[in-house]
Amino acid sequence: MRARLRDLSARLGPGTLRDILLVNLAVGIVGISYGAITVGDGLPLWAPNLMSVVVLGGASQFLFTGIIAAGGSPVAAVLAGLLVNARHLPFGFALAETVRNRPLLGSYLMIDEVVAFALSERDLERRRRVFFTCGIGLWIFWNLGSLLGGLLGNAIDNTDDFGLDAAFPAVLIALVMPALRDRRTRVVAVVGALVAVGVTPFVPTGVAVLFALAALVLMPVLRGSAEPPAGPDPGAGGGGDR
Amino acid sequence: MISAPVLVGSAVLLGLGTFAFRAAGPLLHARVRVSPSVQSVMSMSATVLLVALAVTAAIFDGSSPAGWARAAGVAVAIVLAWRRAPFVLIVLLAAGTTALLRLLGVG
Repeated sequence: MRARLRDLSARLGPGTLRDILLVNLAVGIVGISYGAITVGDGLPLWAPNLMSVVVLGGASQFLFTGIIAAGGSPVAAVLAGLLVNARHLPFGFALAETVRNRPLLGSYLMIDEVVAFALSERDLERRRRVFFTCGIGLWIFWNLGSLLGGLLGNAIDNTDDFGLDAAFPAVLIALVMPALRDRRTRVVAVVGALVAVGVTPFVPTGVAVLFALAALVLMPVLRGSAEPPAGPDPGAGGGGDR
Repeated sequence: MISAPVLVGSAVLLGLGTFAFRAAGPLLHARVRVSPSVQSVMSMSATVLLVALAVTAAIFDGSSPAGWARAAGVAVAIVLAWRRAPFVLIVLLAAGTTALLRLLGVG
């Protein structure tokens, strides 16, 4: 185990492995609160882990639990979860080459944080390694967290006290920032985010981010950088060795 | 509240649907040739979605405002990331800022 870790560390660089572990740990703690909330809401002990294994998507799982716990219909819960996860469709296309050798496992592990980590790497080989290392790590931590949370109940009743709710957006921001150094990407992303924020109060949870894609119409208008943002990080620095 | 078979069935349905969204790209990729311009739009889409996800999660809890503490923590992350701070520092200071503000009674 230790030898494998050392091997991974050598191939990814200690900095990248440390970053991945930090995110895994944060996700594990959110998993604990997910398990605790789900069981606390009256769902059986096996429910959080069942969801974490078959769905593997935090936001949709929280929403699903919330709707069921509030007495909503299972059909509504499934549809709401699917709407939240619709954003994974373009993720799959963006990472198709990355997961080419293991498309089924790669698709299964396509979690937001994993997508952001992978896209922050330019080199395809590194991107693949980062994707699967982060993906398998998150699978383990998310499931362990869900299980622990279900067993512990409300031992950690409010992860918000630790500011963990700010950690998730911070992770995404840190990982996409290299891509945002390209002016065109930045303009499209910022406009998209503004649209999403504007519609959030008026649309079902999780749907607002899809509206951000409307900003893609700006792509042809804006002068592109010399290279397409195949690996977001056209500029130097930031990307590999944070 | 909900019977076990219905719960399992719903979870499996959501899981299958989610997997279908995620797998469409990788599975089609092996069959059809995706032009570089489509590929570039897809990469841009992924970045746009991740940024929108981060910003909406910074400001909202569901569809209601999440409060100043979280927004301030994420604002700190944006500044630090722009100034190329190390990843660990960005994440810890964002969470720390939010936690500290909450401790001080900021919502």
